[in-house]
Amino acid sequence: MMTAVKNASGGMATPWSKARADFPLYTNGRRKIAYLDSAASSLTPEPVLAAMDAYYRECRANVHRGMYAESEDAGARYDGAREKIAAFLRAAADEIVFTRGTTESLNLLAYSLSRKLGPGDEVVISIMEHHANLVPWQQLAKERGFALEFIPLAADLTLDMRAARALITPKTKIVSVTYASNVLGTVVPVRELADLAHAVGAVMIVDAAQAAGHRPIDVRELDCDFLALSGHKMLGPTGIGVLYGKRGRLEALPPFMFGGDMILDVRKEDSLWNEVPYKFEAGTPNIAGAIGLGAAIDYLGKLGLDAVRSHEREITDYALAALAKIPGVTVYGPPSGSDRAGLVSFTIEGVHPHDAATVFDRQGVCVRGGHHCAMPLLRELGLNGTLRASFGVYTAPEDVDALVAAIIKTKAIFNV
Amino acid sequence: MTDIAHDMIPEAASAAEEIYKENILDHYRHPRNRGAFSPCAFKHREINASCGDDLELFVDLADGKMRKVAFEGRGCAVSIAAVSMLTEHVAGMTLAEIEKLGKDAMLGLLGIPVGPSRLKCALLGLKTLQNGIAAHRTAL
Repeated sequence: MMTAVKNASGGMATPWSKARADFPLYTNGRRKIAYLDSAASSLTPEPVLAAMDAYYRECRANVHRGMYAESEDAGARYDGAREKIAAFLRAAADEIVFTRGTTESLNLLAYSLSRKLGPGDEVVISIMEHHANLVPWQQLAKERGFALEFIPLAADLTLDMRAARALITPKTKIVSVTYASNVLGTVVPVRELADLAHAVGAVMIVDAAQAAGHRPIDVRELDCDFLALSGHKMLGPTGIGVLYGKRGRLEALPPFMFGGDMILDVRKEDSLWNEVPYKFEAGTPNIAGAIGLGAAIDYLGKLGLDAVRSHEREITDYALAALAKIPGVTVYGPPSGSDRAGLVSFTIEGVHPHDAATVFDRQGVCVRGGHHCAMPLLRELGLNGTLRASFGVYTAPEDVDALVAAIIKTKAIFNV
Repeated sequence: MTDIAHDMIPEAASAAEEIYKENILDHYRHPRNRGAFSPCAFKHREINASCGDDLELFVDLADGKMRKVAFEGRGCAVSIAAVSMLTEHVAGMTLAEIEKLGKDAMLGLLGIPVGPSRLKCALLGLKTLQNGIAAHRTAL
């Protein structure tokens, strides 16, 4: 447990307080804050900013086209980032497609894969999905006539695997689930679902937005066909994300967007697509973003993803223990001891989450209040919204202490 | 441990209390004109899906003026206080006068600093009433 809290005012002698110094928002921001909204977007460390800055200053040119040193340098940095991401996921570089983020990756898959689906086919997702892994399937189900099925939650707010086994049938063509719930923190047994999907010949997709950068990911071990992640949730910049696909799967998939860079040959009447992954990267990509994401992976690699995971786990346990002591606070998540992501969702009896979040804000405590882009899940739980505190490598126990103080303050203001 | 956190931002306590002034909390805890009634000239419902705020207004008219207006629903302190104050404010006003009420009038009524993230809460009651009036006019 976090013993460091006792000497919080004097600073902690852990590698994490050192890491905190790498995040300029703590020193350059408008005010002193307890940043507890990492599940929405993480903070960005200096080395990531420096890598992007260096691209703009040293080799600001387009990639893949210019036959001059600066463009070649930019291309090397851009494709170097792709190799870093490949190593990070234990994939091959040509299995890594750059996108704008998880949302675009999942839309690409939904549009491209559902072309072959129709009445009688089924796509299976879970009730915990973020809207990004729900609405695309829901809308394409209406258009193409396939059915969308939801794996429910068990009473302990883990995924109901018994129901999953019953739902995944030969009619199932795609199984697309979150690795870790952005509301509950529930971690899904992805490999087990992949085995169920593959047993009926279905494609397995993993939304890793809340997992990437928080725990080691090995796509071969997960045996997923596709995996989506966002750079800005794993210490990288906004506007860059990744779609991983098994090489054969990517090759079989038609391109999603058309334009420059994704073609080999264009004639007036037809075009020939570039090889993977380039056939999915139409137009000038987010070069600086990709380079920044590569630098974020280097940074996480130095900390060590196992160490990152155990730090976030300790902070989460510390927060769970602290919140359990406050009367009127209800925590929503899987039982203690189960595998979970670094976040805690809760409500304060008698206080709307948005009112609480406003009081927290005035105390310098940054949390998310509301439905967290997972309205079907919130309805299932019978809630309008929750407050969510989510953690990163830079989160210190004092941040949780500030949250506790803000909750107590809120209760005093609302007299509950 | 709470002392550490309180020290973080010394001015925070007063800032938090600014938005949740006692009269806001009073309207939240004891909303005025709460409760559906019928028959009424018209009723109208609006929701803020992102907040889960859900308001329905019931209006009775006499000589083209608000004779009685009441609300039913749920929401955060800002939205409930705002609609509660609005029901008091519009009593006796004509539909045209109410239609002229804007964002500034509503915020003036609330008398608290409302940031961009809470503006929708503050304006939900007014939006419900004005959309209700618009629908009522169309129905006539």
